[in-house]
Amino acid sequence: MKAEQVPQDKSSLSDKELKELCYAVDDKGNYTTALSSGWEPKSVALNGSIQLIQQRVEEAKKLVLVGKKSPIVYFMEKNKMDLSILASYVSLWKWRVKRHTKPKVFKKLSSKTLQKYADVFEISVEELKNFKG
Amino acid sequence: MQVEFKHQQAAHCENGVASNLLKHQGIEISEPMVFGLGSGLFFVYLPFLKVNFSPAFSYRPMPGWIFKRMAKLLGIKFKRQKFNSPEKAQQTLDKNLTENIPTGLQVGVYGLSYFPEEYRFHFNAHNLVVYGKDDKQYQISDPVMQFPTSLTHKELEKVRFAKGALAPKGHLYYPIYIPEEINWEKAIKKAIKKNCRDMLAPVPIIGVNGMRMVAKNIKKWPKKIGVPKTNHYLGQLIRMQEEIGTGGGGFRFIYAAFLQESAEILKNNKLKELSEEMTQIGDMWRDFAVQIARVYKKRSNQEDVYQYLSDKMLEIADREEAFFKQLKKAV
Repeated sequence: MKAEQVPQDKSSLSDKELKELCYAVDDKGNYTTALSSGWEPKSVALNGSIQLIQQRVEEAKKLVLVGKKSPIVYFMEKNKMDLSILASYVSLWKWRVKRHTKPKVFKKLSSKTLQKYADVFEISVEELKNFKG
Repeated sequence: MQVEFKHQQAAHCENGVASNLLKHQGIEISEPMVFGLGSGLFFVYLPFLKVNFSPAFSYRPMPGWIFKRMAKLLGIKFKRQKFNSPEKAQQTLDKNLTENIPTGLQVGVYGLSYFPEEYRFHFNAHNLVVYGKDDKQYQISDPVMQFPTSLTHKELEKVRFAKGALAPKGHLYYPIYIPEEINWEKAIKKAIKKNCRDMLAPVPIIGVNGMRMVAKNIKKWPKKIGVPKTNHYLGQLIRMQEEIGTGGGGFRFIYAAFLQESAEILKNNKLKELSEEMTQIGDMWRDFAVQIARVYKKRSNQEDVYQYLSDKMLEIADREEAFFKQLKKAV
């Protein structure tokens, strides 16, 4: 890659006025660095995985709405987490977190446990309990 | 309190922190040199490990390995500490700052407020340097950022104690011993040899063999798992190859820069030629990403595009195999 070919496409980086450093060669073939505002093929891949997360959040919302899953699932997806990550944040076994995703079990959770989840999601216990999808 | 610290942007966090911390100690070491000495060029395919709902691919060794290998080869010793208590972790960091020691930290990316939302995933092996503190904020030199930045005390605690895989547990590090003389020639040769061994390893998931295995799977995926999932896997491949930190082309350009620098130090013209070859290989990887992006957007005119992508990747694997065989002979 030549320094003048370092891509300057619009991306989520350029929206925040960030630039990333790339290695490229100058006219004489010597290595130098150049800043890039983004590269379209990369943005395509990144947007693809963002869309996947959005789909999962929407799906979770529906499942909470019809009463198949507890609000924990929605907030877990919203925070880009999976069961393992969430379990380590609330310091509980994964199988226990999995049980808490059942609406019936969720309803019986102690306020202490609910507080743990609320803290991780950075919301109030009320918001967690009253989320209906 | 604030330590005088020169922030320099880097492509990759691990190399960048190492380079910036060592420059602070008076050792002129570039980012590509850190990467090369850490035998950083790699490829690994872990079909059984799912990351982001896709098999794991990586164009570099495990987080931390580049840093450790580089330090070992140069004879530099780092003090490393992990903590169970956030209070203790903060006290130790603050004590370092009062003693004028800029300190490297391992952190989680998810809580880094200065990153764009799209980049904030639960990845816990990011690196940065803290070089100052006031009553509200810590001053941060994050090597992937253009300029120094800052985090509130609370934010810093959160990223230092991020949870999940590779949890940092407040991990901090700083150099405590630097040898009087460094034998660069010897270190470079050793690191290059190791890199050749890794890339040519007789293991099906590693190095050029790993690339061939992915290439073969690309052909099978559409039938086996369907087109949307195949495209998602391919998207993940681009992300690992081109994401912030790679310097583009799956770290190939950084390695080419390292070879060019080494050619000067070792007075070895062959390495200069090989640096040019590696640049071309990097361009092939870039082109591969462009082709995948077209498939991803369903805009490819190619018939049987997956066969085509598979062939492209096999071509790169052949070229890298030939490259590392030559490199092995050159040092």
